Amino acid sequence: MAKGALILTPGTGWWLPVDASAHGPALDRHLLLNLWITLALLVLAHLIVLIGLSGRRRTALTSVWRNEYLPVVALAVLFSGLTLRAERLWAAIRYTGANPAALQVEVTGVQFAWYFRYPGSDATFGVTKPQLVAPGEGNPLGLDPADPHSADDQVTSQLVLPVGREVDLRLRAQDVIHGLSIPEMRLKQNAIPGETVHLHFTPTLPGTYAILCTQLCGLGHHRMNATLRVLSSDQFDSWLVQQEAMTSGQVASPDTYHGSVSRVR
Amino acid sequence: MKQPPTRDDSTARPIRLNRDLLRSIFTTDHHTIGLQYLALALLSVAIGTILSLVMRVHLVWPDWRFPFHGSILPEEYLALLTLHGTVMLFFVLTTAPQAGFGNLILPAQIGSRRMAFPLLNAASFWLTAAALLTLLSSVFVPGGVAISGWTAYPPLSVVASAGPGQGTGMDLWLFSIALFAIATTASSINTLTTIVRSRCDGMTWDRLPLTVWGWFTAALLSILAFSVLLAALLLLFCDRHAGTSFFLPAGNLVNGVLHQGGNGSPLLWLHLFWFFGHPEVYIAILPGMGLTSMLLANFSRRPVFAYRTMITTTLLIGFLGILVWGHHMFVSGLNPFASSAFSLSTIAIALPASAKVISWLATIWRSQPAYTTPMLFSLGFVSLFITGGLTGPILAQPILDQYLNNTFFVVAHFHLIMAMAGIFGLFAATYYWFPLITAALGRPSRLMSEPLGRLHFWSSLAGAYAVFLPMHLTGLAGEPRQYAQLTGIAGVKGALSPAGALLAHTLPLNRHITYSAIFLACAQLIFLVNLVRSLRHGAPASANPWKATTLEWHPLLNPLTPLYASEEQITVHRAPCHYQFTLEQEIILAQWMPDNTEDAKRE
Repeated sequence: MAKGALILTPGTGWWLPVDASAHGPALDRHLLLNLWITLALLVLAHLIVLIGLSGRRRTALTSVWRNEYLPVVALAVLFSGLTLRAERLWAAIRYTGANPAALQVEVTGVQFAWYFRYPGSDATFGVTKPQLVAPGEGNPLGLDPADPHSADDQVTSQLVLPVGREVDLRLRAQDVIHGLSIPEMRLKQNAIPGETVHLHFTPTLPGTYAILCTQLCGLGHHRMNATLRVLSSDQFDSWLVQQEAMTSGQVASPDTYHGSVSRVR
Repeated sequence: MKQPPTRDDSTARPIRLNRDLLRSIFTTDHHTIGLQYLALALLSVAIGTILSLVMRVHLVWPDWRFPFHGSILPEEYLALLTLHGTVMLFFVLTTAPQAGFGNLILPAQIGSRRMAFPLLNAASFWLTAAALLTLLSSVFVPGGVAISGWTAYPPLSVVASAGPGQGTGMDLWLFSIALFAIATTASSINTLTTIVRSRCDGMTWDRLPLTVWGWFTAALLSILAFSVLLAALLLLFCDRHAGTSFFLPAGNLVNGVLHQGGNGSPLLWLHLFWFFGHPEVYIAILPGMGLTSMLLANFSRRPVFAYRTMITTTLLIGFLGILVWGHHMFVSGLNPFASSAFSLSTIAIALPASAKVISWLATIWRSQPAYTTPMLFSLGFVSLFITGGLTGPILAQPILDQYLNNTFFVVAHFHLIMAMAGIFGLFAATYYWFPLITAALGRPSRLMSEPLGRLHFWSSLAGAYAVFLPMHLTGLAGEPRQYAQLTGIAGVKGALSPAGALLAHTLPLNRHITYSAIFLACAQLIFLVNLVRSLRHGAPASANPWKATTLEWHPLLNPLTPLYASEEQITVHRAPCHYQFTLEQEIILAQWMPDNTEDAKRE
């Protein structure tokens, strides 16, 4: 954990935090372009007000075409350009699903914690049933022991991912709507009860990052957070092996979910 | 139903009998109803402001113990923000411009002496007052106020076990907003009918002041939006108490309570709510936009630039306003293709809004206007509308919303354009129409103090920017909204988590925001002092103190004059904002002045 703390990247508090995902740099560039254009238009409009108010009185403007429609058309062109760029970026990450080879992780929001589930060596998630949910007994997601696929599923309270490999998150919510937000991954998506929303991205920078809830979910909304650890692929593989060993041997691990730990604060 | 004017006998002399008192309270006189709405909005805005200050103080000094209460619990913080949003949006920004100034000014601006349905009008007000009382009463019930915000997303808003306040408190919230929706729908029907049926001779559609176009479009939107909201509230009520499953999926498990009924979707609520919720923000701002156009023109002594285009853009904003609700749902489970479509409609609405700004800039360009307090607040409206509006197209792009959604960047955006610009519009209206407010109270027409007004304006403008500009930055840093606490957010092992570190880093800016918010709130005391003092001691106002061209300043339409009762025909001869300059003087060609000058022919 000490190593994780060293590369904690919370940002400055008044600007974008570190960008650690594959789609992030393009998003940041587009955001910056937008912010600069906004600032320029803001200054321009206020300059027009100040200059317009400072001079002596003249006759009123008359040409509606030149002074009204032309600027609107110019703004239309500008906004269309920005929209086009934005739609291409959006389409690139949202219009298609993840690569079939992507790492599968299920994320479940529950008042007031995030749980992460890895499908294990059979690469298949076991069945969950709301009737079986029992956080006190170590089964916060309601994994069905009767389903053979659930035996090797690993439920963790940290999201651990390998760097440079695409991950396919399947996002669920058990009780109310939650909002999965990973600022350093430039990622945000609500988890809706009754639905499974897929979300894919590729971490590019090893480190320890914040996972927050950004949809008001109840009195503990502000403390519903988790940690994302992005590891090198070697470290990730050994972490995975360690997790599997612990699932079968019930060895305590700092990352494995134990009953009460994540549920409380 | 014809109502004889009752002003002179009920308010001018001291009230002696209880019956008189009752008659003056439960009146069908639209001036009084307008004032009642404004008083309700003033009370609400005071409550909403105090709530926001408590939240700001708690955020940056979490250990501070409030007198008579102690420190704020997380659920209390969420109750504060639910009340703040609900009170401000419904009971201030919807009532004051539309029902308050709508009742007080609208009939006169179209040359009518009354609203179309006086009894319905009074019923609307009392329903609205009952709605406010219902909402505030939830403070005293077990569990307290609802904690699901003004948007009340299910299942949080459906299942009582989802949190404190989600039982009786949530029921009262539902009941309150349902009453409000009924009242606003009725009041909008009244507004629309009045504008369609009660315009005086010569008041053609293209001679209507832009304020009337604002009220008209907002009323159209209200009928569409609030009827959908009412239906959604009814469905939510059925989910809570009648065992239906409109918004609850099968197998939903909230805090140990398992839903075993049918299979609904929370997304249905989001669609219905935002189909109401987005038009709602235009309902709040359209009358202010109309007033800004009229005041800038009047104090610049010029016609509104591109007047007919401004009518078109008002209607276009109204029309597009009902097609953009999905932009609240880009990252809420909306189909990504639908997000693209809603992104386009949202960018499209930026164009008529920009056209309005350009018309304002062109109207005041090189006009050497008179810097009265209402003019200053209108200029402030323009500035805040631009600053808040420009971040709209940013948030309209789904890819950027994927980072900015539900951060303080959004809070900054909508507070600048809706709350601050909206309130500046209301201030402009109050300073401008104050002589008519005093007249409606049965007192001599008076003006508010100009020096105090200027002080109020500059401190409010500085305060508004000092509060809301830095919120863009904490939003960019990732600070989510609706967090009850920024400090000491522990991770799994009790140490400060990365999330806690991210939040803690925003504290210096957040402290600055809180100091600024306290300053901004204190600046409003100047307004209150001015308001109270000017009611009795304000400078006497002439019949048309701002040399305006619109009909509310017509001598026959002033409720104080004996002529008001005469029902004498009023005729309009031209569009508003016509002025003439000779070498010696300016000539105000008010809408009601006969067409005997050759200059009027130019039109």
